Amino acid sequence: MSPEHAPVVEAVGLGRDFTVREGRFPRRRRRTVSAVRDVDLTVHPGEIVGYLGPNGAGKSSTMKMLTGILTPTSGRVRVTGLDPSRERTRLASRIGVVFGQRTSLWWDLPLWDSLALTRHLYRVPADDHARRLAELTGVLELGPFLSTPVRQLSLGQRMRGDLAAALLHGPRLLVLDEPTIGLDVVSKSTIREFLLRLNAREGTTILLTTHDLGDVERLCERVVVVDRGGIAYDGGLDGLRASVPAPRVLVVDLAAPAPPIEVPGGHCTRVEGPRQWLELSANPARVISEVAGAHEVVDLTLREPGIESVVAALYRAGSPSAV
Amino acid sequence: MAETHAPAPERLAWTLRTYVRLAWTWCRALAQYPASLLLLTGMVVLASAAEMGAVAIVFGHAGTLVGFTVFEGLLVYALAATAFGCADLLMGSVERLGQHIRTGSFDAMLVRPVSPLVQLATDGFSPRRLGKVVPALAVLAVSLTVCDIDWTVSRALMLPVLLASSIALCCAVWLAASCTQFVATDAREAANSLTYGGQALTEYPLALYGRGIVRAVTFAVPLAFVSWQPALYLLDRPDPTGLPAALRWAAPAVAVLSCVLAAAAWRSGLRRYRSTGS
Repeated sequence: MSPEHAPVVEAVGLGRDFTVREGRFPRRRRRTVSAVRDVDLTVHPGEIVGYLGPNGAGKSSTMKMLTGILTPTSGRVRVTGLDPSRERTRLASRIGVVFGQRTSLWWDLPLWDSLALTRHLYRVPADDHARRLAELTGVLELGPFLSTPVRQLSLGQRMRGDLAAALLHGPRLLVLDEPTIGLDVVSKSTIREFLLRLNAREGTTILLTTHDLGDVERLCERVVVVDRGGIAYDGGLDGLRASVPAPRVLVVDLAAPAPPIEVPGGHCTRVEGPRQWLELSANPARVISEVAGAHEVVDLTLREPGIESVVAALYRAGSPSAV
Repeated sequence: MAETHAPAPERLAWTLRTYVRLAWTWCRALAQYPASLLLLTGMVVLASAAEMGAVAIVFGHAGTLVGFTVFEGLLVYALAATAFGCADLLMGSVERLGQHIRTGSFDAMLVRPVSPLVQLATDGFSPRRLGKVVPALAVLAVSLTVCDIDWTVSRALMLPVLLASSIALCCAVWLAASCTQFVATDAREAANSLTYGGQALTEYPLALYGRGIVRAVTFAVPLAFVSWQPALYLLDRPDPTGLPAALRWAAPAVAVLSCVLAAAAWRSGLRRYRSTGS
């Protein structure tokens, strides 16, 4: 395969065990915990892949192994053809990494200094750097705060600065760990639109972990859901919806408050004055006519299951404590 | 996009340039608050002056101490202060390793194509640390002229070598002590007992201390080679603690060995970090 078509990320049976010590000194025992188990993941150039999972599912450990911060205990992994833990430094100049929870900019330096330093650290030719900086400054609207020290930036500004710093060297792969965490609606959408454009224009492969399903719906054609270290789902967003039976909901506004409606194929889950929520298990048309026959209906809304409920159902299905 | 695939000398040169560039960026950032920088530098100078004053008072009171006059005592002090001051300037920030690990900024250093040691050492680089080096150098110059030193050619040539190895030795102690933070991220205070404690110890002629301590800082943590052994060499004096006089020639070798050991500690710490992912 030619390098342009070779997978950007290729992990086979990737795993990471941690040894934890338990108990007090004389009776201390070691126990091995698998944070990541047997992960097979192939990401092709130009893909945007959302990496989802509940807290503690092993998302961050996986990202750390892909970027060379953490050495795997089992399996094989190649990122842009390199072994991340052995060739960390070389890999670093090919990928961009952004941790949403913390900045990789220099806290006390003006944003501009951080971006200028990036040029030297990544050895980007001066004219390439100037061109990309101008581009990124325009698209991410960095202009007004380029000379502000990073610690004085708002979260949204800092995030945009971080993105610019991660992209100045033109990486093939952008790894984002919760890129929109804590951002307001406008900042989130700015960043999402930016990522889509980047992907479309430059073909940058994007791998992002997130808890924000808005990110997933807007950005990702492909979703990987991890649970307790292993992969629970890998595929398209529609496939994800279909894979978990999450019922549609009929919201009924009655003329007057009534006791919870129970009709064949419709089960009331919530009542708020004259408004009732019915979980559908049959054809909505039949349920609607049943309800309309028994009550005076003012308004009706049919709600598709949100991606939230789909993912919640998937997490629950994987956890032994539910059922 | 250039990748680090160059031959070793070129890589080393690039690493040094990166060090200077990062340090310079920090200096520029600090220069935005000139008042704060001046004040902090002033405080560092005052603290240095106080330490120096203490040495002068101790020796002034006693006339001579373990056979050392005031200026000979100040020579020992100046050698120690110069070495530790330079090491602090170059590598002092390394002691904040634990903090970087806790806040995750160490991870950010690992995903940049530059040695994390260079990034760590330059983090928060401040010219105020010159406030320790400059007074120490001044005292060194004065005591070197005032003391009765037989300036042979070899002695004149050995002086820069001894200074360089003292600085390297202090850097090594500093780095090795900081590496304990890979294991326990809050071990900074414990490490400081070795770095700052070591500095306090080496500021006075070692003959003041007990035999056990002298042997420990000669053979275990070789701080004796920072100021004591070089001073004995410069003053051409037999070792009053009874150790062989040939030891004073070992300073450069001890410095190289310490650097090798410190580098090994750093590497193994980094390996450990990358396999615990804390």
